[in-house]
Amino acid sequence: MTALDKNPDPGATRAPGEPLVVLSGVDKWYGDLHVLQDINLSVRQGEVVVVIGPSGSGKSTLCRTINRLETIDRGSITLEGRPLPQEGKALAQLRAEVGMVFQSFNLFAHKTILENVTLGPTKVRRQPKAEADKRAHELLERVGVAHQAAKYPAQLSGGQQQRVAIARALAMDPKVMLFDEPTSALDPEMISEVLEVMVDLARRGMTMIVVTHEMGFARTAADRVVFMADGAIAEENDPESFFTAPQTPRAQDFLGKILKH
Amino acid sequence: MQAVLDDFPAYLEAFGYTVFLFLVSGVISLLIGTVLAAMRVGPVAVLRLVATVYVSLLRNTPLIIVFAFFAFTAPIFGIRFGWLDVSIGPFDFTAFFGAAVVSLSLYTSAFVCEALRSGVNAVPLGQAEAARALGLPFGGVMTQVVLPQAARASIPPLASVQIALLKNTSVAAVFGVGEAVSQMRSFNNDNADQRYTIALAFVIGYVVLVEVVSFFSARLEKRYRVTTA
Repeated sequence: MTALDKNPDPGATRAPGEPLVVLSGVDKWYGDLHVLQDINLSVRQGEVVVVIGPSGSGKSTLCRTINRLETIDRGSITLEGRPLPQEGKALAQLRAEVGMVFQSFNLFAHKTILENVTLGPTKVRRQPKAEADKRAHELLERVGVAHQAAKYPAQLSGGQQQRVAIARALAMDPKVMLFDEPTSALDPEMISEVLEVMVDLARRGMTMIVVTHEMGFARTAADRVVFMADGAIAEENDPESFFTAPQTPRAQDFLGKILKH
Repeated sequence: MQAVLDDFPAYLEAFGYTVFLFLVSGVISLLIGTVLAAMRVGPVAVLRLVATVYVSLLRNTPLIIVFAFFAFTAPIFGIRFGWLDVSIGPFDFTAFFGAAVVSLSLYTSAFVCEALRSGVNAVPLGQAEAARALGLPFGGVMTQVVLPQAARASIPPLASVQIALLKNTSVAAVFGVGEAVSQMRSFNNDNADQRYTIALAFVIGYVVLVEVVSFFSARLEKRYRVTTA
């Protein structure tokens, strides 16, 4: 990990940018299950927010509501002050502005690596193919899989696939990137190659919301840690304070369990 | 068999009508079936309902009744095919042919829809989610990501549906189209002593045609196989 110097003074907060993503009073139910409970979260321009918490705490659901892959039952979510559109063209346009990286990569199985990265720019942004190809090659270079451009997703390792997925999202020049447990499906030795790409992104000033179990990443790259339990935000703090002195019993219990080993 | 060999051009011409019925209805049924499948998996509740009702109706009705509808009932409502009068070489395509094509196409499209839908269901949900997350609208998600993969998964069931269509063209014999079975009947009428060999000759014809369809299906399957190594 090379971004240890991101927060030279761990207690200090970063110069606040404009609020980019704002969730206020968000509630969501699956039947009787109250999966998101009165979520209030504001993510500023350039901020890296890491969402952690036990499984079933609603952190993935929270992440997926931000580009409306999950709908919400109450409250509001805004991107740059504009509420998320309900559906149709406006929603598609919003999604184009929000990059998403999935736990299971979800690369398009029938398209080559290059085509995976150029699909959005050519079909959504109507970029000329040559231009999209050029940019895709740059991005694939940046995430270290340029030489695999002509292959199909199934021919790549998990770590490589996830880095391609990051390049695919970046090709749309998103305003914010959502990461939904990007390393949870990876073999241990592939996790670091994905995290390195993410740390690099964070250093370049990308606004990121990252659901993860990687505490190392949270400590080194996050500006803020959001701890969720039972569908609610239980605690929010800068990483150093959160990991050294968690305030709530739930967070203390959680950290006690995962940091023990 | 001698009867067939003596008038082999009639045999070939009859199978020619079978092939025409199959090709035209096959293409139309694939088009309509694709639209129906998109409706059934789409986000618009009304379209889903319409497609579901259509599939239930057509799939649950015996083909011969669909034929009877377009031959006897539809004209009452002004749906006629009398305008159809095309000749290609020895083939004349008239109202009977038109009604047969419409019956076969509408009937088969319900099965095409379901074969495609099984293919769509075989595409992991994450594929569509990733496409939506990129900002593709529903149409783009379907045409760029879901349907190409669904089509691949649908090739075997689609081939079965199209093979069934090829054999179902024989129902048109009852409704005035001079296709293979109709010709077989007239051979039988004139040569009652050769019934078994005449049947054999026409069975061979169908087997050959179905084999051709199977061959193309296998080729498509091979060509669109997902590269994994």
